[in-house]
Amino acid sequence: MIRLEPRAAPSRLMIVLSPILALAVTVAVAGILFASLGKDPARGLSVFLLEPLRGVRALSELGLKATPLVLCSLGLALCYRSNVWNIGAEGQFLLGAVGGGGLAMWVTMHRVAVSGWGFFPFVIVAGALAGAAWAAAVALLKDRFHANEILVSLMLVYVANLLLAWLMFGPWKDPKGWNFPQTVSFAPETTIPRVFRGMRLHWGFAVALLAAVFMWTFLFRTFKGLQLQVGGPAPAAARYAGFSARGALWTTLLASGGLSGVAGAFEAVGPMGQLTPHVSTGYGFTAIIVAFVGRLNPIGCVLASVLLSMFLLGGELAQSRVGMPAALTGVFQGVLLLSMLAFDALVNNRLRLGGGLVRSRARDPGRRARGGEEIVRDGHLAATASRQGPRT
Amino acid sequence: MNELALLVAATLAAGTPLALAALGLLVNERVGVINLGAEGLMLISAVTGFAVAVHTRSPWLAFAAGAASAALVAVAFGWLVIWLNANQYATGLAVSLFGGGFSAFVGVGYVGRRLGIELNYAVPGLGRIPFLGAALFREHPVVYLAVALCIFLSWFFWRTRTGLVLRAIGESPDAAHALGYRVRRARLAAVVAGGALCGVAGTVLSVAYTPLWVEGMVAGRGWIALALTVFATWRPGRVLLGAYLFGGVTMLQLTLQAQGVHLPAEFMSMLPYLATVLVLVLISRNPAWIRLNMPSSLGKPFFPTQ
Repeated sequence: MIRLEPRAAPSRLMIVLSPILALAVTVAVAGILFASLGKDPARGLSVFLLEPLRGVRALSELGLKATPLVLCSLGLALCYRSNVWNIGAEGQFLLGAVGGGGLAMWVTMHRVAVSGWGFFPFVIVAGALAGAAWAAAVALLKDRFHANEILVSLMLVYVANLLLAWLMFGPWKDPKGWNFPQTVSFAPETTIPRVFRGMRLHWGFAVALLAAVFMWTFLFRTFKGLQLQVGGPAPAAARYAGFSARGALWTTLLASGGLSGVAGAFEAVGPMGQLTPHVSTGYGFTAIIVAFVGRLNPIGCVLASVLLSMFLLGGELAQSRVGMPAALTGVFQGVLLLSMLAFDALVNNRLRLGGGLVRSRARDPGRRARGGEEIVRDGHLAATASRQGPRT
Repeated sequence: MNELALLVAATLAAGTPLALAALGLLVNERVGVINLGAEGLMLISAVTGFAVAVHTRSPWLAFAAGAASAALVAVAFGWLVIWLNANQYATGLAVSLFGGGFSAFVGVGYVGRRLGIELNYAVPGLGRIPFLGAALFREHPVVYLAVALCIFLSWFFWRTRTGLVLRAIGESPDAAHALGYRVRRARLAAVVAGGALCGVAGTVLSVAYTPLWVEGMVAGRGWIALALTVFATWRPGRVLLGAYLFGGVTMLQLTLQAQGVHLPAEFMSMLPYLATVLVLVLISRNPAWIRLNMPSSLGKPFFPTQ
């Protein structure tokens, strides 16, 4: 019989390998799905895995889609590392879009003279403030009233969606827009400067990459970053060391909300050039998958963002080229995350055939006397114990 | 008077899917497993149930298929979090995201289809009582099932030996394991049963309540159900009460409009979500109260000794 046996230390190989194996499973599932629907699997897979990489224009679109994913997932990774379960990045993204888009709309309506590069920092600030304010509501209710942040942050996504819809159908509607729920088109000067002429990729992409580098440095090279992370796996240790859990809650939520807000502002002022109720295509939720597939590591988040934006582009292409519903992307995203969580069992455990080491050790009285029992009994404990020193 | 009766009836109908899902989640959480995938389970079962209803024209097959589809996904969820000890939050989220994508994918061909199945029927005799008949006895049968289920679960968890064992597993899986109970099997059984109930709830939405399929039609009810279990401090009776309260909030927007309150429709639609936040704030204000009532092992992995 195959059984799981705790490893002495988490496997570094599996930490890297698990997302790759999950991708392989997803590709296999995708192939089977294409075949069962009577489409050519090779053709279907190439739409998802090759076409988004073919040509400069495709790469520009890939970067464009990856930008909001990187920004949102960085904040989420920070939150999850400190055990703050913010799943409302989508709402913070939408508020950021309202903030950045609202500013651009105001500038357009009042004919304020701005230049592309001069306006860019204002977009960032407006998006960050709006997103952070939305996340601050979650932090406040958690801090003051202990309200569960998972549920509150998610409920606020629905509220944000409705708030945006109200603005689009009501006060912010373009009076000359044939009654479509959208704002005026922003003045061309407000648009974020493009990286290449004639392509939609804008300098927000560089901001996102910069943010990833900053986040990596903050998490792994500063004391404050360490403080935030200790609260995740070991809240008791964090308390004992005097690291403030409240501080971690506020810092992570404000940072995460701010980053998601910037992503939303970029989307509104960058490729869209106006606000509509459909400014987000679920970036905030996809970013949750990105954060986990990227192993809550900023550099991993960048890589996973590229992968997931391939899926997003592939979904759009699958619709136009192969005649498959775009919702396919959602299926693949789910399969990717679920299979990765399954493979993650192999990070702290190994597969064994037949009765393994554990049983023979437990029978050995000598080992029990030396305190080996605690270690063999509990995979999690074994992992923690061995990280601190060699196992007896 | 007649309008009030209709309002009560509508509240019961709106509260029923919430009640079923929240009771399912209560079964999960009583043994210590928190399933954030409720929204996904409800979406999958909503589309499955709707598709089966379209093809077979049998609402009962639809409910069976909806419950089975959600139970199947719950098995995968249970295997991941109970045997592989995957993080319950992350796995539940994954199920929710997968359910959203999968249901949208499967449901493409069913958008805009009509069912033409009438499930509401007047209970013979009782349905003709003035006021009470219109308020309580002209619903679809699942409304009464939810009430029966609530009574059953109260009896099961607090008046039977098996229920006691399940609650013990939720409080202290290690102690239950030491006494020789099969913790992981019991947890899986509860997860599957809870998943099936979420499945019935999802099918109610697409087959009886709306009745049609729209992408993302569960609209956060799975998450509201999760909040309801906290609100109810994990008691079936309070779950039912809370569900009807939320059903009432949903109906409130219509009532307010009828009363001539001119608030934009979007703000009306925010009410259930804002009410959820408000309820969470009120109930969580005193953390000791939650700690006292919450199953102690909720969300924590369990590693059985060899």
